[in-house]
Amino acid sequence: MLDADFFRRWMTATAASVEREADRLTALDSPIGDADHGSNLHRGFTAVRSVLEKEAPDTPGGVLVLAGRQLISTVGGASGPLYGTLLRRTGKALGDAAEVSDTDLASALRTGVEAVMALGGAAPGDKTMIDALVPAVDALDRSFAAARTAAEEGALATTPLQARKGRASYLGERSIGHQDPGATSAALLVAALADTAEVSRG
Amino acid sequence: MAEVRPVGIVLVSHSAAVASAVAELARGLAGVGAEVPVAPAGGTADGGLGTSAELIAEAAAAVDRGAGVAVLTDLGSAVLTVKALLAEGDELPEGTRLVDAPFVEGAVAAVVTASTGADLAAVAAAASEAYTYRKE
Repeated sequence: MLDADFFRRWMTATAASVEREADRLTALDSPIGDADHGSNLHRGFTAVRSVLEKEAPDTPGGVLVLAGRQLISTVGGASGPLYGTLLRRTGKALGDAAEVSDTDLASALRTGVEAVMALGGAAPGDKTMIDALVPAVDALDRSFAAARTAAEEGALATTPLQARKGRASYLGERSIGHQDPGATSAALLVAALADTAEVSRG
Repeated sequence: MAEVRPVGIVLVSHSAAVASAVAELARGLAGVGAEVPVAPAGGTADGGLGTSAELIAEAAAAVDRGAGVAVLTDLGSAVLTVKALLAEGDELPEGTRLVDAPFVEGAVAAVVTASTGADLAAVAAAASEAYTYRKE
């Protein structure tokens, strides 16, 4: 079973990974975006890490709702409301339980991903974070490791796609040939989840 | 006669300069004596380009007179941030609504309509109607 501490470690691991990869995310965002994805997410997850240290919610749902709210408040770009909605809706779906199962998490995360699709209007194939998140959620029924692989493959598979959402969509065919920064950061979030699960299970 | 409480208008842009200039433009075109509360929420809290949930919440609270708040946005994160705040339930005053409208023309239509004492639905409809104004 997964407790609040597991979810806090997942968020901390994501913050560390985003910090490590911030320059790469911003570099991916330069040709097709406005070159702020790494710095925006870095600011957001740093704020998530500190609010979780300060408030320490005692349920998995509480951790994700607080983290999501913090991202919406601090990121300043579209990734704030999108990742914020992902975490908050996943957290709300987990409810007040003190511990949740892998299956509960998989089902809640699917609710969160559907909320992101409703908010931003993106579907698979639009060259967005959805292209990493949907395959990850599908694979999460098998294992955390499978979800990580699926998210990473999904992110890589955005390279030949033409963007249909967000600023990159204005570039039309010129968006082809670049890996989507949002799908790349989504894969970091899923990888951090898999890492956290591996550490806690030895 | 009971005093008519005006609908509040919040203008959210990636740029603080754009948000405040559009607010000034809409107020100016609404004419003298128009008592419509209008607040810009532009850029990030540190003055950069982007969207600040905090500035949006402050602006909405500042213009709320109890008759609802119409929020107009430019694009991308401005739209998504307002939608995410509305989904939260308690971040914006009751009766706050994201209006689907072109930013500049919609802001002028919203402020002029609100200045007549119109309700939130009428203000939102007038702002959305601005999409139908063709320029060629």
